[in-house]
Amino acid sequence: MGAPMIDNITLIVDSSVRIAATLLFAALGELVAERAGTLNISVEGAMLSSAFAAAYGSHATGSAYYGFLIGVAVGIVVSLMQANLSHRVRVNQFVTGLILNLLAIGVTSFLLAEVKMAPVQFGLVRIPGLASIPIIGDALFEQRAPFFLLYGLVPLVWWVLKRSRWGLELHAVGENPQAADANGIPVDVRRRQAIYFGGLLAGISGAYLSVGLIGAFTPNMTALRGFIAIAAVIFGGWTLSGTVAGTLLFGGAEALRVSLPALGVTITPQVLIALPYLAAIAAIAVLSQRRRQPAALGKTFRRGIT
Amino acid sequence: MAAAEAYPAQPAAAVTVRPPRLPLSDYLRVGALLAASVAAAIGCAALLLSVTGSSPATVFRAMVSGSVGSRVALTATLNHTGPILLVALGTLVAARSGLLNIGQEGQISIGALFGAAVGLAVQAPRGITLFVILATAAVAGAIWASLASLLRFTRGGSEVITTLLLNFVGFQVVSLAVNRPWLLQEDLPEGSVLSASPQSNPLPPAGHLPTLAQGPGFRLNSGIILAAGLALVLAFLLARTRWGFELRTVGLNPRAARRSGVSPALVGSGALAISGALAGLAGGVLLAGTAFRVNDGFSNNYGWEGLLAALVAGSVTLAVVPSSLLFGALRAGSGVLAATGVSPTIVGAVQALVVLAVTLPLLYLNRRRLRALVQRTGLSRT
Repeated sequence: MGAPMIDNITLIVDSSVRIAATLLFAALGELVAERAGTLNISVEGAMLSSAFAAAYGSHATGSAYYGFLIGVAVGIVVSLMQANLSHRVRVNQFVTGLILNLLAIGVTSFLLAEVKMAPVQFGLVRIPGLASIPIIGDALFEQRAPFFLLYGLVPLVWWVLKRSRWGLELHAVGENPQAADANGIPVDVRRRQAIYFGGLLAGISGAYLSVGLIGAFTPNMTALRGFIAIAAVIFGGWTLSGTVAGTLLFGGAEALRVSLPALGVTITPQVLIALPYLAAIAAIAVLSQRRRQPAALGKTFRRGIT
Repeated sequence: MAAAEAYPAQPAAAVTVRPPRLPLSDYLRVGALLAASVAAAIGCAALLLSVTGSSPATVFRAMVSGSVGSRVALTATLNHTGPILLVALGTLVAARSGLLNIGQEGQISIGALFGAAVGLAVQAPRGITLFVILATAAVAGAIWASLASLLRFTRGGSEVITTLLLNFVGFQVVSLAVNRPWLLQEDLPEGSVLSASPQSNPLPPAGHLPTLAQGPGFRLNSGIILAAGLALVLAFLLARTRWGFELRTVGLNPRAARRSGVSPALVGSGALAISGALAGLAGGVLLAGTAFRVNDGFSNNYGWEGLLAALVAGSVTLAVVPSSLLFGALRAGSGVLAATGVSPTIVGAVQALVVLAVTLPLLYLNRRRLRALVQRTGLSRT
């Protein structure tokens, strides 16, 4: 247990938290959307589009901050399409999500091949004092600027879901839309709003990935992280604390996959890559679904008794 | 429990109400809507191309000549269409019973993996080896899909999400197998370096699909015949047999089905297993027809394309044949696009736009049919 060992642990914790942050932004938005009854699989497409838009925006404006904002705006645009197709026109929400994901990967890969860009990356921000805590200090208090949004967003999502009228209405809409409708809550409106919130956070997640974490855009750079965020929400049993734990676990698995071989440890990377999906499937098998999952999750709302 | 039963899942993808005849004006309106939205989709793609400084006309010509312009191009289109059609048929069977299977990518991979494992192990005459490969692939795909129906019908977990998650697990199973010398990794001569994309040994010739036609630069395999034959068989089974009727009943109203003695769980898991078997078979056809090896990323979007082809086809079973041909042609066309200096990834965007363009008018058509049905039967919708 010498100093190099401590250094290695610090590095792995740091990289776990950085990866988990990307997942957590998206997972917070997905949690809100799923509470309202939409299993929003276009989160992957929204992340990818905003990652590209943020990278290109930072290149065009010369500022990581403007790039970030452009990325977030594009995330919201994708959620506008998802929400209005699935909860206004009432195309099946999974079909909508699949189409948007394919559209995102096609358009971003195409544009990347056609345009040249040099994205600008956020610098590291260090909180004095706190960042000197051993092992976790660097991980929690020396990161790229957008990371620190998490310290506000996690309590915000808790407050929204548990304490705000809007959040409670989302809950009603996700559990029993017919009853919510009879009580005058506009079901499709609330569901669309929840998806917009999800798009905002997926946008933050994607933009943080490209102009924060990596400082570049590569084809399909989100590499299924949107689906891992969905897996984290399922793994967490649709609770905020469970979702946070899920993203930390899955972030840790990816950090280990990247760092252990460099430390000379032989691993089976495939198992670590498959871990989030296996964990989510195990959660579905083990948790008592009828109590945990929002009862109307994934179902289109139609007024009246169907 | 009570809440879950009171609001049964709606038919997942394609709404399959037995269509009442609509007034001609409705069909014209749907046709106009379809033409307008397809034009809008093509317009979007053309806009994307011109913004980045490519010529839409050049791209269009390249796509046409690369998909139907020559015997080489036609062969590529038909070779792609076979597996896409098989996947689309599978999607359709599940959708008829109200289940949305989006795990075809994983089912293709697992099917091909086990097909290859068996094909590399058996020493048998030509016909038997091929049959064993395809049958194993289908069974493996069916088992992989049945994991999802197990969770659906015992734990209530949405089959959409579990089939989706199983895709990513399936990819890693394949990756694991082709990266392990004691599993399926290719045997290399002493001293040679492992290729960047690990793969299995090639299938023996006894495991190849028969050739329909070949010439310089092309070899048309019989996968398309197998797929087209199964399309006809399934169209008959779905429309004219008791099984097809039960499938539709479960899809349209699981409660009514249960009251009349049809078990939604039994019919549903059967449909999902067949859906997985067809996707697995598509993996077997890819393996024995064109690839001959499994590798990392084997399914290569065939699963998504088949799924989209089924969505485009909507409620008409045999419409999957032309829609799969369209997706096969787009795929073949994208293969030659790189030569024109335009990134072939544009084709992915075009595919998504086309599906969107077709989905909206189909939805409108279904609404009109439902309304006509309500008026004719005097049923209230509330």
